Amino acid sequence: MSDYNDMELMICVAARNLEDGATVVVGTGAPCAASMLAQKTHSPNLCIMFEAGGVAPILPSMPISVGDSRTFHKALLASSMPDIMETCQRGMVDYTFLGGAQIDMFGNINSTMIGDDHAKPKVRFPGSGGANDLASLCWNVMMMTVQDSKRFTEKLDFITSPGYLTGGNSRYEAGLPEGSGPFKIVTNMAVMGFDEETKRMKVLSVNPGYTRQDIQDNCGFELLWADKLEDTDPPHENELRILREEVDPHKYIIGR
Amino acid sequence: MQTIDLKSGRNELFTDPDPDHAREFFRNKSRALKPKLSTVSKVVRDMISDGDYIAIGGFGAIRVPNAIVHEIVRQGKKNLGFAGHTSTHDFQVLVGGNCISKCDIAYIVGLEARGLSPNARRAVQNGEIQLTEWTNATLSWRLKAAAMGLSFLPARNMLGTDTFNYSAAKEIECPYTGKKFAAYPALYPDFAAIHVHEADEYGNCRVRGATVSDQDLARASKRVVITTERLVPTEEIRNNPEGTFIPFWCVDAVIEVPYGSYPGNMPYEYFSDEAHIKEWLTVEKDPQAFRDFIKKQVYDTKDFYEYLALNGGIEKMSKLRREEFLINGNGGGE
Repeated sequence: MSDYNDMELMICVAARNLEDGATVVVGTGAPCAASMLAQKTHSPNLCIMFEAGGVAPILPSMPISVGDSRTFHKALLASSMPDIMETCQRGMVDYTFLGGAQIDMFGNINSTMIGDDHAKPKVRFPGSGGANDLASLCWNVMMMTVQDSKRFTEKLDFITSPGYLTGGNSRYEAGLPEGSGPFKIVTNMAVMGFDEETKRMKVLSVNPGYTRQDIQDNCGFELLWADKLEDTDPPHENELRILREEVDPHKYIIGR
Repeated sequence: MQTIDLKSGRNELFTDPDPDHAREFFRNKSRALKPKLSTVSKVVRDMISDGDYIAIGGFGAIRVPNAIVHEIVRQGKKNLGFAGHTSTHDFQVLVGGNCISKCDIAYIVGLEARGLSPNARRAVQNGEIQLTEWTNATLSWRLKAAAMGLSFLPARNMLGTDTFNYSAAKEIECPYTGKKFAAYPALYPDFAAIHVHEADEYGNCRVRGATVSDQDLARASKRVVITTERLVPTEEIRNNPEGTFIPFWCVDAVIEVPYGSYPGNMPYEYFSDEAHIKEWLTVEKDPQAFRDFIKKQVYDTKDFYEYLALNGGIEKMSKLRREEFLINGNGGGE
């Protein structure tokens, strides 16, 4: 078995979910790396999009901003933010990746603030940016994150981006598009999906080196477990080679 | 028939969305094809008053009209309302000058992959800036609603979240489908500055690369200043009218500012100066060191050319140009 770190595992495992011919809106960092890896392995025609307007670039390196020159390098389209967001709203975007300071059992995400006074937060983060838009309007939302019981919390300080809200049908009753929502959460310990009925987070597979106990101990709410709990297929040799040599040779992301 | 429960966001709407008030303004706005060349200090002096609501084109550290941003700080404009539409380095500089007191937020305080601005974060956490939450798409659509001459547009994001609860959005029922939508008030800024690749003296502009929301921003704003990498003859515009991204009638003043997006990226011209942006982020950790830094970089420089010279001048610009074109085999950044 080859040696790899948490970030490399999460990127390789997330990349396998992006099928050829699909569309994905990404930010900088790990989501961009996962999408590039998918392109260089099983999904050469995965269409990578950036919210500032870049569509289907041939990325020469990792962008620093979701609008910088790299995001439309040899692209098929250099468009606008409303065009990208309206394409999401029209139902043409299959995947997106989000991050955040907190996530709850329904996949709601906080990237706005910690504290209980919005006007004077204890800690202020950037806010939604495009996260709420993508979480609302793309078909499938994914997340890659290191797991701990502070980040995976019972109650968010602020719901920046919608998951399944309070579970069940509440997301669609709120007016969010039918059939959209959180899809997979890839952590250093496990891969989670969501229960079809309750919409609660459910562990689908356990990563090498971790136990059920580790996964629950590092989660601030009670997890559901798949009937047929699987072992996560660890990163393959060729995935790691391409990730290290072609996707992120300067180790901007996998060096973390 | 069952009526659906419709919610409203609780925070303040900073601008007037009334389309007839906007029409009354635009009725009196000059649409004459006349030369509009001006200077940075004059437009900031004449076109921005304390308390105005302003917006900055581009994307935080990409195609930003940084000469205007610096001059707003230098002239000490106060109590400005601000459209924080993925506002990164521009927000950092304006907060450094204590210029902003109200902010529509989509994305502030952060500089994307580079990290967070300690000074901007301090100002927000101290409650110095009044905040209303939105998202990137929502601010785009609020500008689009204004560009269309409307008072609102409906959309399907933000619903069910605290982002909605702390906004000034309202839920509405679609008259055709009965579905619940969010209604977003048109945003008509008092002033916008946009940096472009080429413009003629009348303000006909061309832009390359991702255009973010600038097409609508130019149309939605009451007063618009263009800074341009290059002035071009109108003949060039007339030879390729489909290339005109912003037309003259939106524009009140044009200023040629080569390297005007520095230290931000200007697509197909020069890459961002990551080392200098990092300097801002690092020095902000210490409030006194930051006061000295912004004094040296902004208050004590007489104009943007002096700022460019202070940070490496033509030699630096040439390096950033090579980086933009990947000539060093360097993908940019560190």
